[in-house]
Amino acid sequence: MANRTYEVMYIVDPETPADKLTKLNEAVGKLIEKEGGTVVRMDDGGRRTLAYPIKKNTEGFYILFEIEGSGQEIAELERRMRVNDMIIRYITVRVDEDRKKADRIREKREKRAATRAKFRPTEESAAPEAGV
Amino acid sequence: MIDREPEEIRDRDLMVGGDEQFGDKAPRRYQRRRPRQVVPDYIDWKDVDFLRQFIPERGKIMPRRISGISAKDQRRIATAIKRARSMALLPFVWE
Repeated sequence: MANRTYEVMYIVDPETPADKLTKLNEAVGKLIEKEGGTVVRMDDGGRRTLAYPIKKNTEGFYILFEIEGSGQEIAELERRMRVNDMIIRYITVRVDEDRKKADRIREKREKRAATRAKFRPTEESAAPEAGV
Repeated sequence: MIDREPEEIRDRDLMVGGDEQFGDKAPRRYQRRRPRQVVPDYIDWKDVDFLRQFIPERGKIMPRRISGISAKDQRRIATAIKRARSMALLPFVWE
């Protein structure tokens, strides 16, 4: 199956001690590797104030994972996150398609700017930011 | 449905799309505005500062008739705001 990129973010209970939090993150990384995915990026957002209380918590630790894989590891990860008491909220977003789309738009714009520059070289030198 | 008077249909047509008629007041028309913000190719749902530009005080998503951005961009921004809301990055309502 084609490789997919996902962003998984979860909020951990602020009462959790630091060593338990690192252990949890390591366990998540290990689980992904075991299921055949790769961790592209792991980002610890630290303690943040929530925009609204979740399960009577006003703060939480934000952890972000960027994962590449087939999608099987996501299914397993979501199952585990659902039953984990430390994780108070999680989200998974597939980002590869949107990023590809964004790249295509940028390419198109650059191409258009290049064509424009070819026909009107004098204006291009006056205003280098022609494309939007 | 078919036997409806032609005037009636025209009246109803006035109601849809930006125009609202209240009593004998003239329908309110919205001026199309140029977007103030440049929408990037990739909208990151974690970029709270960017998304805040499309959220007035109350916390609602700014309608397209005010922000003036394209329908496509509006959809993408709305999705991003909803994702950010679910992760408590943005509130559902501000008091």
